[in-house]
Amino acid sequence: MQAVRPLLSMLGGVAILAGLNVTVPAAAKDLTFLSTQLRPMEEAQRTRTEILKGSPVPVDFVPEEPPQLVIHVQADMKSGSPSISLIGALHGELAPLVTLGALSPLDGMEDMLKQDGIPAGMVTLAHLGTDHLQYIPWMQATYIMAASKKALQYLPAGAKLDSLTYDQLGQWAANAQKATGQPVLGFPAGPTGLMDRFFEGYLLPSFTGGVVTTFTSPDAEKMWADFKSIWQHVNPNSTNYNFMQEPLLSGDVLIAWDHVARLQDAFRKHPDDFVAFPAPSGPKGLSFMPVLVGLAIPKSAPDAAGAKQVIDYLLQPATQITTLRVSSFYPVVKAPIPGNLDPGLKAEMAAVQAQQDAPDAHPALLPVGLGSHSGEFDRIFTDTYQRIVLRGQDIHRVLQLEGKQMQHVLDEAKAPCWAPDPPSQGTCQVK
Amino acid sequence: MGRHHLAPYLLIAPSLLFLLLLFFVPLIQTIALAFQTGSGIGLGNFDQMVGDLDFLTAIKDTFGLVIVVVPLQLALALGMAMMLRKVRFGRDLVLWIWTIPLGISDLAAGLAWLSILTERGYLNTVLFHLRLIPRPESWLTYETPTALFLAIVIAELWRATAIVFVILVAGVQLVPAEYEEAASVFGATSWQRFRRVTLPLLRPSIQTALILRTVLAFEIFAVVLAIGGTNFPVLISQAFIWQNQNQVYGVAAAYAVLIMAITLAATLFYLLALRPRAGEPA
Repeated sequence: MQAVRPLLSMLGGVAILAGLNVTVPAAAKDLTFLSTQLRPMEEAQRTRTEILKGSPVPVDFVPEEPPQLVIHVQADMKSGSPSISLIGALHGELAPLVTLGALSPLDGMEDMLKQDGIPAGMVTLAHLGTDHLQYIPWMQATYIMAASKKALQYLPAGAKLDSLTYDQLGQWAANAQKATGQPVLGFPAGPTGLMDRFFEGYLLPSFTGGVVTTFTSPDAEKMWADFKSIWQHVNPNSTNYNFMQEPLLSGDVLIAWDHVARLQDAFRKHPDDFVAFPAPSGPKGLSFMPVLVGLAIPKSAPDAAGAKQVIDYLLQPATQITTLRVSSFYPVVKAPIPGNLDPGLKAEMAAVQAQQDAPDAHPALLPVGLGSHSGEFDRIFTDTYQRIVLRGQDIHRVLQLEGKQMQHVLDEAKAPCWAPDPPSQGTCQVK
Repeated sequence: MGRHHLAPYLLIAPSLLFLLLLFFVPLIQTIALAFQTGSGIGLGNFDQMVGDLDFLTAIKDTFGLVIVVVPLQLALALGMAMMLRKVRFGRDLVLWIWTIPLGISDLAAGLAWLSILTERGYLNTVLFHLRLIPRPESWLTYETPTALFLAIVIAELWRATAIVFVILVAGVQLVPAEYEEAASVFGATSWQRFRRVTLPLLRPSIQTALILRTVLAFEIFAVVLAIGGTNFPVLISQAFIWQNQNQVYGVAAAYAVLIMAITLAATLFYLLALRPRAGEPA
């Protein structure tokens, strides 16, 4: 008996409890707002006390782990007395809910979005490839570079922070290591770090112009070889780093790439010590990954009208600026940036802007259409990186092997290509 | 009459029902899930599990930990239990201090050891101030697998020796003092008394402690996660990753079934290896 009991805690525990124990309804009539974003305890608390303070409808803000979102929403719909009226989640996290037919179309709100000044491209994205508006863009973020000002002296001759190349980044890290005696470039390759996004949105498309179609191309082989040589100058603790703000603040890392929200503490605590700048460019330009968070209303919402009021409130410029202050997620509506904005946020905002507006910039979307297979898809990138960079396996062989695995995942999900890969007829193909 | 016959069954019914619902049903579901593939029943999930990049490492790491940690814990706990017998003054205090780790969650213990062993942790601070190292050393990276393994062993020894110790102390208290006295009357040395009298009488307690500890050691998770992260894959952490991050429940279930098979085999091994010999009390 003893032998098998832990199984229960492993499987029963993870699967059952994760779905159920998180929702603890507050007051009986509050509108339940389930969100995969603003999840860290302090952010969630400030979301309740600052962002949602002026909401026209009292809101019960419930953070949820991204992998559990679909399970949670499905369970809520089937429960007989659904409680969730509003969902806040990433573009890619909302996609599987559309596939399940769980979201209520919001076409009636499209005019409001125009009035608020939300860019048309974003509204198109929010259709998630269907004929209906599936979610309302709420806030946006991206990934950028950050460096301690101490590292700037080691920049290679002729390199400019705002238009760095990956070669120059490698050179810079090498110079810094030579001077300080320690590898000071860092990546968030820890268990909950976002390293997979670096490969999917930055490195691979910057070298190959694609993500899926070019996965096994000679350009990709060159990219991995280049990255492997850059890795010699990377702090080996990188495989433990989840949020780069921590090693930046402790001084273990002087140059880092990460999500803006995971760098913000460094800029907040010591705005004068750090600089923010766009990601480097590769042979195929500067690829970057915009992160769009949307608000959706489930078909089973007990208070859809209230949810629309909350959406309207969250899109007001003043609320969007409060959201920026709390979370480092940038406004999607036209909102004047107040002069008294935290200097750290200002620094990040300038880098975000410079990255978007770079002449060779092209956005690479978070993987779309993979549904429940997105975790497996991301794992292909971390496995490939593990094999090539950490375990020194043959690049060509690894790419062939993982490329097959990727095709298998795409076939199972029947996912068409997404940007920057060219649109496909049917399932996206690794070439 | 009939009522009296039913009473014991009625009294155990709630616990039986509880186990059936929350233990047996999920167990069957897990096994079913492990053998379910897209097209029907098969070994697809197990194929995928064996093909997992970290599968062999996880097996190696898990068995490595069990083989090193469990014997060390048994030896330590035996020593502690023997020493405690000689303590007259303050026995309760010593017992209390030795069992403190029992009350600490594995994750908290893992985090405590992380704060000691991490690059800017207490260990490096002390070593640095003693001028033994020129700059903070990294002990817990993929480049230092031996140090990482030792760190997890030390944390596990600290955290989970107490449970073995408590079981052995209970066993020791049941051993009548007369046996040992008789042995010493016949001139047995203290080592002979331990080896020939105490140890055999402790066998049932040792068996229980070993089964419990080995099963739990195969399921080590939180301590490894806190200290090693993804640098030290073990079987349970792989099951967790496939369930939570990759969201491929079938492969997670396959891992769970594998872990169950291993722990069942280990339990059976102890039951057979430490069974009472003919003529001995069980």
